[in-house]
Amino acid sequence: MTSPADVLLRVTDLRTHFHLGGEVARAVDGVSFDIHAGETVGMVGESGCGKSVTALSLLRLVDPPGRIEPGSRIEFEGRDLLALDNEGIRRIRGNRIAMVFQEPMTALNPVFSIGDQVAEVARVHAGASRKAAWERAVEMLNLVGIPDPRERAKAYPHQLSGGMRQRVLIAMALVMNPSLLIADEPTTALDVTIQAQILELLASLQQKLGLAVLLITHDLGVVAEVTSRVLVMYGGQVVERAPVRELFANPRHPYTRGLLQAMPRLGDHRDRLAVIPGTVPPPTRWPSGCRFRDRCPYAWERCATEAPPEYPAGNGHGARCHLVDEPARDVALAAPVA
Amino acid sequence: MTTPTVVPGVLADPLLAVRRLTKYFPVQEGLFGRARGQVKAVDGVSLDVGHGETLGVVGESGCGKTTLGRAILRLVEPTSGDIRFDGVDVRALRGRALRTMRRSMQIIFQDPFSSLNPRMTIGATVREGLTVHRIAEGEAADRRVRQLLEEVGLRGEYASRYPHEFSGGQRQRVGIARALAVEPRFIVCDEPVSALDVSVQAQVINLLRDLQRDRGLAYLFIAHDLSVVEHMANRVAVMYLGRIVEFASSEALYREPLMPYTQALLSAVPVPDPVTKRQRIVLAGDVPSPANPPPGCVFHPRCHHPARDAACAAIVPPLEEKAPGHWVACIKQPPTAVPWDVQRQAGATHEPLRHLPVLAPQA
Repeated sequence: MTSPADVLLRVTDLRTHFHLGGEVARAVDGVSFDIHAGETVGMVGESGCGKSVTALSLLRLVDPPGRIEPGSRIEFEGRDLLALDNEGIRRIRGNRIAMVFQEPMTALNPVFSIGDQVAEVARVHAGASRKAAWERAVEMLNLVGIPDPRERAKAYPHQLSGGMRQRVLIAMALVMNPSLLIADEPTTALDVTIQAQILELLASLQQKLGLAVLLITHDLGVVAEVTSRVLVMYGGQVVERAPVRELFANPRHPYTRGLLQAMPRLGDHRDRLAVIPGTVPPPTRWPSGCRFRDRCPYAWERCATEAPPEYPAGNGHGARCHLVDEPARDVALAAPVA
Repeated sequence: MTTPTVVPGVLADPLLAVRRLTKYFPVQEGLFGRARGQVKAVDGVSLDVGHGETLGVVGESGCGKTTLGRAILRLVEPTSGDIRFDGVDVRALRGRALRTMRRSMQIIFQDPFSSLNPRMTIGATVREGLTVHRIAEGEAADRRVRQLLEEVGLRGEYASRYPHEFSGGQRQRVGIARALAVEPRFIVCDEPVSALDVSVQAQVINLLRDLQRDRGLAYLFIAHDLSVVEHMANRVAVMYLGRIVEFASSEALYREPLMPYTQALLSAVPVPDPVTKRQRIVLAGDVPSPANPPPGCVFHPRCHHPARDAACAAIVPPLEEKAPGHWVACIKQPPTAVPWDVQRQAGATHEPLRHLPVLAPQA
């Protein structure tokens, strides 16, 4: 496996809180993880779990009233990102860490051609000449599989389909040869056949360029297809982490199990789907103890009084659940279906 | 010249019978908005929906599935075709008769955030149908609203709250209660769970199934998520560029899809199983613009069928019954009523050939 020297990104106890008048929304609340050079890590969770705020925090794109709290650490290529001045973090963004978002329409400027927009990245970040930047743009559009790139570079965003726009955004992200790409729900707005194309593109780029990818998604199917390690988020924390096969074969956190059982799958003829009762609590009012306990079929007294630490479960697997500590309680439960 | 209407999966006693339904939208260009052709959003769709069944409609953006659902309810006025609900000609109805019919035919929308009036309490939203249709008034209506909310898994006292106080899943339950208030027999479910998180999605899917069982509801269940449709539907229509290209029982369609488009669609679904690796058919290119569909088979520019040839670009494939109850629009998937010499005259170089790539593993 990889040695510690390969650690590209190390996030330690990241806490990003939003100070809203009298209340504090603890959107990200003690997240730690590593990403190694060239690997694809999946970050999965539902609305409000803190996955997108985590991504924004990595690039220091959180605006007030949001704040990365003291004590959080983000180290990237050996540098402390939270200690950099604004100019320093700007040099990381787009150069070493790039990001692709969900909305391929709103992320592009409608009044400039796609070639201009890709070229602008090269001009701003690398100081390339107009001509060299345009050549680089055409090269990048070719790399991301846009047919006839020299001609298509002159097209405007509205002339492209959603899948093509997402390719353009990926091209923009990769202009400066970053070592880490953060992709936040990059295929969620796309049709399934187009999603397949984009996932295939990301996998091939990762191979070709030795890129590390943090893929943020709500879709466990996407996670299974393209990632090698998975972080499951709930309530602003990583509640489970494991290599992808291990996670699907042997989920240890009841939330992960609930998600897997709640998904309808092809070829699955269950009459009723299992559900996770209730909804995600608001980030201003996480429950005491374990944040999932209100919805957990296993919860007992300890879960209300003692917040579970992340217990190691072997083979790079860990879960924030007292069941790992008290395996006798981890008996097979019929999943609730109401 | 008239061609006989092909109705895939025709029923002896349908609740809803749709024949040759079309909805064309004019394409306007320039400052004065002159019509420059049209988008055939729904292009000659025929289907039956049985009492208490779920007919799934799947397809990607722009395939016409949402317009189909709205045209059936006359929320958009169809361009041509027949719609009969319980034997009544829906397109001939006007005024009060149309309103009365709408009691029986309801819709649940995709977006639980924009489909509820933010200035109305959810009680008032659910109550509106009761009073408009004179089903209940005064205290009786209040009681009924509370019952309906409880039936969809919300508390009766929530009636006095506003939409912003609820999560997406709860709002979708309000949308369902609103549809149920007028006691319909048929509901168009237009992507009812696609805006919801997985854990909440399962709650709403189970609720829709319970309500169907308890009330004998029929659903036209429109979705892009093939796993959700397999879970919900008895029979499934696959749409591409305004047309039905495959129609079968859910079981047959998912076990042995015959239309190359359906095969690609199924193979593209990410499967939450990192161990099994499947053959994936990655389609080249995008769905063509419905304003300018390709000639012949609308799918031919992206098709992976090994026998695809010039005839596919020339001959509009009829929707044919290739196996009992399994209808497919493909002249290269045998058997076909388009004879080989006709295909050859259209430039065919490859004889029809059964192509069944290995798809999703069976659970």
